[in-house]
Amino acid sequence: MAFTPIRELGETPLAKPGTSFARVTEVVSRVTENPAPRGWWILFSIAATFTGVLGLTLAYLIWMGIGTWGNNSPVAWAWDITNFVWWIGIGHAGTLISAVLYLFRQYWRTAINRFAEAMTIFAVICALMFPTIHTGRPWHIYYPLPIPNAMNLWPNFKSPLLWDVFAVSTYFTVSLLFWYVGLIPDLATLRDRTTKRLRALGVLSLEGGAPRGLLQLRAAIYGGLALGWRSSHRHWQHYERAYLILAAISTPLVLSVHSVVSFDFATSVEPGWHTTIFPPYFVAGAVFSGFAMVMTLLLIARAVFGLHELVTLRHLDLMNQIMLTTGSIVGYAYAMEFFIAWYSGNPYERYCFINRAFGDYWWAYWSMITCNVLIPQTFWSKSLRTNLTWMFIASILINIGMWFERFVIIVTTLHRDYMVSAWGYFHPSIVDVLTYLGSFGLFFTLFLLFIRWLPMIAVAEVKMVLPEADPHYGHDHDEHHEPAHAKAALAEEA
Amino acid sequence: MSEHEHEPKAVEAAAGQDEEGRPTVKRPVLYLAEFETPAEIVHACEKVRDAGYRRWDAHTPFPVHGMDKAMGLPDSRLGWIVLAAGLTGCLTALGLIWWTNGVDYPLIIGGKPPLALPAAVPVMFELTILFSAFGSVLGMFGLNALPRHHHPVFYSAHFERATDDRFFISIEAADGKFDLDETRRLLESLSPCHLELIQEES
Repeated sequence: MAFTPIRELGETPLAKPGTSFARVTEVVSRVTENPAPRGWWILFSIAATFTGVLGLTLAYLIWMGIGTWGNNSPVAWAWDITNFVWWIGIGHAGTLISAVLYLFRQYWRTAINRFAEAMTIFAVICALMFPTIHTGRPWHIYYPLPIPNAMNLWPNFKSPLLWDVFAVSTYFTVSLLFWYVGLIPDLATLRDRTTKRLRALGVLSLEGGAPRGLLQLRAAIYGGLALGWRSSHRHWQHYERAYLILAAISTPLVLSVHSVVSFDFATSVEPGWHTTIFPPYFVAGAVFSGFAMVMTLLLIARAVFGLHELVTLRHLDLMNQIMLTTGSIVGYAYAMEFFIAWYSGNPYERYCFINRAFGDYWWAYWSMITCNVLIPQTFWSKSLRTNLTWMFIASILINIGMWFERFVIIVTTLHRDYMVSAWGYFHPSIVDVLTYLGSFGLFFTLFLLFIRWLPMIAVAEVKMVLPEADPHYGHDHDEHHEPAHAKAALAEEA
Repeated sequence: MSEHEHEPKAVEAAAGQDEEGRPTVKRPVLYLAEFETPAEIVHACEKVRDAGYRRWDAHTPFPVHGMDKAMGLPDSRLGWIVLAAGLTGCLTALGLIWWTNGVDYPLIIGGKPPLALPAAVPVMFELTILFSAFGSVLGMFGLNALPRHHHPVFYSAHFERATDDRFFISIEAADGKFDLDETRRLLESLSPCHLELIQEES
C-alpha cells in the first residue's frame, strides 16, 4: 500500500509537510506558558470592562425589576429572548464541529474543534443568563426543576418552556463533558512540560523562589485536571470509544436543542410563530451564526497568537463553504415562510409577513435579509472565500443578521397579532442595550481566559492527522503483518 | 538509527535508605522502552503481543492507527455501559413525568390526559442523552481506572515525552512471564532508542 497523507476532498494535505509532533506541542503549549502578548491584554481589558458593565446592569435590573427593560404588553418577549436564542444558536457551531464533523471524518476540524467547543460553553452560559434574569426573581430559578417543595407542586411537563430547561441544561452539561474529555490528553501534555521545566529549575538553582512556586501550582492544577493520564493505548481505546459515543449522542442533541427552542414559539398560536418549518429553520440558522462566530474569533486568535501553520487558509475556506450552505438554507426558509403565509389563506398569517417586510420594523427585516441571505452568497467566489478582510467583515455581518432574525421573529409577531386595539411598538431601554453589550464582555472574558490558560488547539488530535502519524509513513508496502518482513524492515531501520 | 543507551546497572537490586535511615531494597516494577516513530511502536507491540505478555502497555501521544490489533486488544465494552445508562435516563424521565404530572398531582393542560406521552418525548430524549453522556465519560474513567496520579511509569524522566513526540512500551514485573533478563532481551531486540528498568523502594 503506497503511503498517502490524510487529505481532504482529494486536495492538499492538512498540515504543512514536515510539521513534527514536537512542533505541534510547542506551537500550542507555548501560548499558555509565555507571557501574554500585548494584543491579549488590550482585548482582555476591553472585555473585562464590559463584564463590569454587565455586573452593574444586572444589579440595577434585580434592584429595580424588569420594568427597566423596554418589554411591555404586547411585546413581553423582546431583547432578552432574542439574545437567548442568538447566543444559544452561536453555541451550536461548536457542537457541530466537534460532533457532526467528527462522525463524517472531516479531519480538518482538528484545527478548530477545541476552540469551537469552548465557544459553545461560553455562549451557552451567556444564553442561560437571559431567561434566568427574565424571570425577574432569579433566586426562584429552581422552580422549573422537579424538586419536592413546600407548595406540593410539580413543574408542568407539557410546557415547551420546561422542555427548554431540560434541553439547554443537558446541552450545557454534555458540551462541558465533551470538552473536558477532549482536553485530558492535552492537559497531560501541559503537566509534563511543566514538570520538565520544574526539574530544569531544580538543577539550575536549589532556591527556586517565586517562579518555582508558580510552576508547582501550575503542575498541580494541570496534573490534577489531567487525572494521571499516561497516554496508555489501553486507555486510548476506551477513550476513543467514549469520544465517538459522545459525538454520536451530541449530534441528535444539538438538533434537538434548537428544535426545542423553536417549540417555545411554534407551539403557540401566534401568527408567524405557529409553523412546522421552525425546527429545521432554527437549527440551520444556529449553525450558520455559530460558524460566523467561530470565524470572527479564529481570525483574531490566529493573528494575535500566530497560529497560521495550524489554522490554514484552507480551513477558513471550508468554513466559509459551510456558511454559504447554511446561509442558503436560511434564505430558502425565509422564502418558504412567505410562500406558506400566502398559501395558507390565513389573513393573520398573511398580514404578519407583509408587516414584517413593509411594516414598522421594515429596517430590521431588510437588515436581516441583507446580512443573512445576500452576504453569504459572495462566498460562491473563491477569491472572496479566501480573502481574510472580507471573511472577517462577513462573519460579523452574519451575526448581526442572525440577531435581527430573532428580533424580527419575536418582536414583529408580538407587536401586532390579532386585536388591533392591542397593537404596540417596542422601544428598547438603555438597560436592554447595556445588558446585551455586557453579555459580550462576559463571553469574551471567558474566551480570552480560555485561550490564555488552556490548549486552544487539540494537540493530540492534530498529531493524529499529521502524515508522520501513519504507521506506514516512509514505507512503500504494508509489511508489518508478516513477521519475517517486519524483522527485515526493523533490521533495515537499525 | 537508534542509539542504545541502556543502563544495565539498574538491573542490580540497588540498596537505598528510607527517611529514617533504615536500609531499603528496590524491586523492579516495569521495563520502559522508548521508540521514535509510530511504525516502530506498532512493530514492537506485535512482538510483545506474540511473546505472550499480558500486563503490558503502549504509551503514545495520540491514538496510533492499528494499535488495537498490534496489541491484541478486544473491543471496548463501553458501548454496553452507555446503553444501560441511556435506557436508565429514558425510563427515569418517563417515571418522573408519570409520577409528578400523572399520579401525585394530576395536571390537565390543553385538554390532554394527565400523562400525555407525546408531550413527554422531549424530556425523555434529553435525559436519555444526559445519562448516556455521563455513562460514557464515567464508564471510560471506570474502565481506565482513572484518575490515578501515581503510576510507576512517571518515575522515568524520559516518559515526559509520551505526551509530546515519543512512543513507549511498558512491561510490568507483575506479569507472569516477566524475567529481568529475558524481557530485557526481548525489548532490546526491538531496537528501542532508550530502555530502562523502573524500580520502586519496598
